[in-house]
Amino acid sequence: MTAAAFLTAQGLSVTLSGRAVLHDVSLALPSGRLVALVGPNGAGKTTLLRALAGLVPSEGTVHVGGDALSALSLRERARRFGYLPQGHMVHWPLPARDIVALGRYPHGATDSARLTPADAEAVARAMRIADVVDFAERPVTELSGGERSRVALARVLAVEAPVILADEPTSSLDPRHQIDVMKTLRLATGKGALVIVVTHDLGLAARFADTILVLSDGRLVSQGAPMEALSEQIMADVFRIRAYRTEFQREAVIVPWAEI
Amino acid sequence: MSIPDVMAGIDAASRRRSVVTAALIALVAILSLASLGIGPVRLSPLSVVDALFGGGTDVAQTIVREIRLPRAVLALAIGAVLGLSGAALQGLLRNPLAAPDLFGAPQSAAFGAVLIIALGLADVRSYALPLAAIAAAFLSVFMLLFISGRNAGLLILILAGLALSSLAGAATALVMNLSNNPFVLLEITFWLLGSLEDRSFHHVALALPFIVAGAVILFSQRNAFRVLSLGEEAAQSLGVDIVHLRLWVISGVALGVGGAVAVSGTIGFIGLVAPHLMRPLIGHDPARLLVPSALSGSALLLAADIAVRIIPSTSDIRVGVLTSIIGVPFFLYLIMRERRSLSAGVA
Repeated sequence: MTAAAFLTAQGLSVTLSGRAVLHDVSLALPSGRLVALVGPNGAGKTTLLRALAGLVPSEGTVHVGGDALSALSLRERARRFGYLPQGHMVHWPLPARDIVALGRYPHGATDSARLTPADAEAVARAMRIADVVDFAERPVTELSGGERSRVALARVLAVEAPVILADEPTSSLDPRHQIDVMKTLRLATGKGALVIVVTHDLGLAARFADTILVLSDGRLVSQGAPMEALSEQIMADVFRIRAYRTEFQREAVIVPWAEI
Repeated sequence: MSIPDVMAGIDAASRRRSVVTAALIALVAILSLASLGIGPVRLSPLSVVDALFGGGTDVAQTIVREIRLPRAVLALAIGAVLGLSGAALQGLLRNPLAAPDLFGAPQSAAFGAVLIIALGLADVRSYALPLAAIAAAFLSVFMLLFISGRNAGLLILILAGLALSSLAGAATALVMNLSNNPFVLLEITFWLLGSLEDRSFHHVALALPFIVAGAVILFSQRNAFRVLSLGEEAAQSLGVDIVHLRLWVISGVALGVGGAVAVSGTIGFIGLVAPHLMRPLIGHDPARLLVPSALSGSALLLAADIAVRIIPSTSDIRVGVLTSIIGVPFFLYLIMRERRSLSAGVA
């Protein structure tokens, strides 16, 4: 990495119920990048996201914006990491706008009916970027899968955190909505955020990511620009597939083709 | 979407909630007056107010201020804390079928109190009683959340709750079985039925501090319930300390339910019903449901306690029996409505 790193991890290890899920992961990522975190099922992708955000106990150190994660309060952590868990679960039929407003909770907006002008502004901005204005008043449980994923994205954008961690934001979406979500995340990197996206879709990762991290059995085995990080060797060793590789409109194209 | 648009939707919703809340307060006030006026000696609302503030005949004053006021105050406070506990548990567990009674909290609290009486450790007017009830309620709710774990589905919660309330029932039965003192058996029967009859201000003093403490604790956690709508992981990432929150809710429910049971015995299903009645009017936001659920809990228990005085019967109907007779069919109706998520095994 040439640019100054905003998020760094040193020797990050996580053990969950006696099983080592993450081994000694070290990374340094600058702001304004879209980073795709890929790897086979069970490689530890979600665990790495959680460890970076301080949501699971881990060994090693994480620094964000120059501060050690362990020295930050829960609220300060929440302001620096916008975290989008898998599945976009919402348990009550709340209006989409109220869900997005929850993104301001770390900033002290604990009551969505009493937003300060600054918080209301952030909510409106996030809703515009994620394009959920049209169904602001509708209960999220009544929305389609694609609409719900945009509301979840708007909620994370409303935090206006310097780091966004998104766990499979495109899974179970049709191609149009997958591109939609990735473009929205790229928009956030344009405003200076570091975005880390977990995905199983190598094509989507290659097309949109500036940097790809490849995780295998809890270890970081490859990182770099898409074509380098997802080299033929890595595709064979980690994913046990061959891929069709080319370039289209100056973007990397990787299409998983056949198992090895 | 501009800021005025964002605020406009919010304002309309909060105006509706204010109207509903005001109507509920009025309803509780009317029911309180009725509770003071209805009984063997019927008093008009006017003479009730008169007697309350030291006017009217001595007899009316005694009836209103010493016999019926403690009863009304207890119905108000106990109904409120049961409704609040139900709404708080539903918020914490993101589950519309969560309620203290389904999780065995009142049954356990009753066992705690019964044990104290049976062992002869204290009489019914001692603070040992609410303390034992609170400890037993705390233990049962703690056990429930421990057994069900994080992100528990409806099925696990209900099953664990069933097991815990059966355990509390069995333990109470054991105490009855072993006790050969008829007075103790009579006391135990009282705990099992639940009643507000013949309560004095001593009982109010015994229960109210704990009920108020429990209510304050539960209400103080309201905003965390709203964030929890997104699930525990997302809530944690937004700065909610889940472990602390769970301990606070367990403590609040135990204090409220334990304090209530210590003077009234077990009064079931108000915690389950109250939040449900409010959702169509207030919306599903778990934070905004707390106060209306407390108010509707008060209204329900006041109404039930008035009903047991009006319903003609050869012997007194206990209010706890009445709330269960009405509450269980309501519970069955809820199960029918939630059938889909129940059979899927997730909530």
